[in-house]
Amino acid sequence: MEDTKPQLLTVTIDGIAVEVEPGTTILQAARKIGPDVAPPAMCYYQPLKGSGGKCRACLVRVAAGSTKDPRPMPKLVASCLTAVQDGMVVENTTNPQVVDARNGIVEFLLLNHPLDCPVCDQAGECDLQNFAFDHGKATTRYEEDRRTFEKKDIGPYIQLHMTRCILCYRCVYTADQITEKRVHGVLGRGDASEIGTYIEKAIDNDFSGNVIDVCPVGALTDKTYRFKNRVWFTKPVDAHRDCPTCSGKVTLWYRGDEVIRVTARKNEWNEVTEFICNTCRFETKKTSDWVIEGPTKVSRSSVISANKYRADLEKPSFGKRLAAAEYKPIHDERDTSQLSIQQLPPERFAKTLPSAVEPEP
Amino acid sequence: MTTESTIQFTPERLAEAKEIIARYPEGRQKSALLPLLHLMQEQEGWTSTEGMDYIARMLDIQPIEVYEVATFYTMYHVQPVGKHVIEYCRTGPCCLMGGDDVLAHLKQRLGIETGQTTVDGQFTLKEVECLAACGMGPVFQVREQYYMHLTNDRVDEIIDELSKQA
Amino acid sequence: MTKKILTEHINVPGIETFDVYRQQGGYTAVEKALKTMTPDEIVEEVKKAGVRGRGGAGFPMGMKWSFLAKPEGVPRYLVCNADESEPGTFKDHYLMKHIPHLLIEGMIVSSFALGANKSFIYVRGELMYVIRILEKAIAEAKAKGFLGKNILGSGYDLELVVQPGGGAYICGEETALLESLEGKRGNPRNKPPFPAVKGLYQCPTVVNNVESIATTSWIINNGGDAYAAIGIGRSTGTKLISASGHMRKPGVYEIELGLPVEDFIYADEWCGGIRPGHKFKALVAGGSSVPILPANLALTLANGEKRLMSYESLSDGGFATGTMLGSGGFILFDETSCIVKNTWNFSRFYHHESCGQCSPCREGTGWMEKVLHRIEHGHGHQHDIDLLVDVSKKIEGNTICPLGDAAAWPVASAIRHFRDEFQWHIDHPTEATQPGAVYRGEMALV
Repeated sequence: MEDTKPQLLTVTIDGIAVEVEPGTTILQAARKIGPDVAPPAMCYYQPLKGSGGKCRACLVRVAAGSTKDPRPMPKLVASCLTAVQDGMVVENTTNPQVVDARNGIVEFLLLNHPLDCPVCDQAGECDLQNFAFDHGKATTRYEEDRRTFEKKDIGPYIQLHMTRCILCYRCVYTADQITEKRVHGVLGRGDASEIGTYIEKAIDNDFSGNVIDVCPVGALTDKTYRFKNRVWFTKPVDAHRDCPTCSGKVTLWYRGDEVIRVTARKNEWNEVTEFICNTCRFETKKTSDWVIEGPTKVSRSSVISANKYRADLEKPSFGKRLAAAEYKPIHDERDTSQLSIQQLPPERFAKTLPSAVEPEP
Repeated sequence: MTTESTIQFTPERLAEAKEIIARYPEGRQKSALLPLLHLMQEQEGWTSTEGMDYIARMLDIQPIEVYEVATFYTMYHVQPVGKHVIEYCRTGPCCLMGGDDVLAHLKQRLGIETGQTTVDGQFTLKEVECLAACGMGPVFQVREQYYMHLTNDRVDEIIDELSKQA
Repeated sequence: MTKKILTEHINVPGIETFDVYRQQGGYTAVEKALKTMTPDEIVEEVKKAGVRGRGGAGFPMGMKWSFLAKPEGVPRYLVCNADESEPGTFKDHYLMKHIPHLLIEGMIVSSFALGANKSFIYVRGELMYVIRILEKAIAEAKAKGFLGKNILGSGYDLELVVQPGGGAYICGEETALLESLEGKRGNPRNKPPFPAVKGLYQCPTVVNNVESIATTSWIINNGGDAYAAIGIGRSTGTKLISASGHMRKPGVYEIELGLPVEDFIYADEWCGGIRPGHKFKALVAGGSSVPILPANLALTLANGEKRLMSYESLSDGGFATGTMLGSGGFILFDETSCIVKNTWNFSRFYHHESCGQCSPCREGTGWMEKVLHRIEHGHGHQHDIDLLVDVSKKIEGNTICPLGDAAAWPVASAIRHFRDEFQWHIDHPTEATQPGAVYRGEMALV
């Protein structure tokens, strides 16, 4: 009798073994284990075909290729595109080389980033912010002028801030895959590349608003929500309506009784589960238009999760683990007994530490 | 708002364009994009939006696909240029052979900086990267012609020669 | 005189025409291959020859061919990479311009070996005049029955298409080249899948350099073993070296691999020595991306033996004291050259040519260029040198394609071997920015 079920493959990531189906990428396998070991992804977007491989944030080390060929891979690999082999051993945050490379990626992505989080609508739900929190440094080594772009108007609904863009190409794939005609793309090359329409043109079709949801940073934001509020002060509520164009399943973001923003629903990896139409997103902002389902359960590694109903009990964060790993009692000349600061003991964090490989001294 | 393009291939070039498109397997006509952009630039002198829209229609692709490509590659002049575009190699091996000094002389002779066009519309000066003629440096290219082993005197001769061309 | 395989007849008047090329023994490989050999036999000969990819990576060509997937009913493609853009390299330009039929003959036998019925030669767009030479040669070969339907009555069909690029160094990377050939931006693809499985139009594809393909005719005529007998060790055969910089006789030379670097520089048959009155300071042996070496390390290995022009000998010592043969772009610097300026120049090149797809390369190349620009123009800081080393390390190995490495190595190696010169620029900005100023501190000139 032939076994019709596909043989499951076993992969070990940061010491945790997981069984996955053939064709699964390292990133997906890691996500299956949980957010603790899932590599960050700035450009990879599961619903979009062809995405990934560009930001290099999800680089991991493959310490053993497979049971058959246990040699390590010579370079760090993009986990979002590398398929799992049976017996593969992957090192994510347990490998200092990986951590170092990621620190480098954050630094590169922030070189020309305006760091205008205080006035950016994306703040609080920004992948770059989270990535920088986990892997970034408080200071920069970049002394040169930052790159700037001419301002472009791409229509009444979507605000483009090219300076914030990290060129993940997600919005391009979105336009390619869920709209009929793509009118925007990546123009120019190298670090002068920019998202644009080339000729002054509005991005205008029923599903164009989805580029806002897929954008990992504040490069594409909702003009109808512009400067209305900070995302962590708003209350997300799941709602739906009978929409002739899309599924009509959305998240409404409330300030008091007022719907100030409508977005598609996102999963714990910040990925849209079902794309929505512009009518739902931009034109339907009265509570009476919607059937309310209940508070959205948010469980993303971000400020947005604060004060929200959570899908899980505690959100582990790499930043916290890093803090634990690097914990040193502060050397302070002052008499600390005079200060009313309670210093947290390192044991407080120890339980979230993975079975880390000690970095070479 | 799309206006009907006024630019189109001349009959000879249209025939050549059709021949180019036919080179590729069925359904892969987008492969003709780079050669067609060259053909259009050869005809018009530069790569205008109208020209690109015309090619997009010809290949049945979105105009943005053409804009993306034309702005990626350095050979397509997406801004109007002078009659003769001097593409001057600024890369290492040419510099070793005195490329910087010759470039300075060329700029002085033309009275323009890199990226500019002379007032009479005759010359545009561009700096480009390696032209694969390193042993014959310094080098520049005007359309299809390579000019090698440049010296200040040789540059003057070439400019005189090109200026005389009708 | 060393053995010449590719350039033996290059000075024969009229060699660019079919008739003269044929008189010199041209197209006999096509006859031999199509009439007496099977495709597998040809692949076997190329494997035996041990010829390594001449575009820079040095990957064994026969092995690359044997990786080609052969699913039923799916076309296979051979694409010749003639997007020669690596600073210091101009051999393919030279070969195609002077003896176009050599490449075409190689394309025919290679396409036959791989089972391709439509093959492409992707030539950088700047070489439009070479494209016209190739197209003319293809028309001649077609008229004589060496291309088109049922070549020489063998039943084998082949069409050759010359495709112009649009001006982008990155299209020399094979997957970027394929993207470009499909009419897209030259963004390299993530690998795997490799082109041998999913290449042009998602079909199995082999991409080979001009020089690699041009050798196949000789291999078929003379056998893989005869080819492997030339050269040294695993560096078999001959190699075209593009010689430029401060030498008496720059140009393209065909050498037998294994020739001492010293002979190549000083013998009259090749470079003819450093230009008169000057001394040898540094060498970039394989195109701008390979590590730069100071004169003493260029001529001798760390153990004192002579360094040879071969894949192994040039890379002897790793990145500490070695370099790479790369594409054979041999750039020689005398004592008047400023290493800082040159490093900035190369860095600007990689910044300009980065496709901008992945973040380390897009951001890192620009950063390095700007820091080097500051140092060169008298605004360097003490920490800049270490910063450059660190940035280059953060790019290297972390990018989609090798352009990241190519941008990192020249910077890292220049600092490794000429750190004093960078320090001098930072310490003496006024002096260093005088016209023609060059560091004259202690260093080994030859």
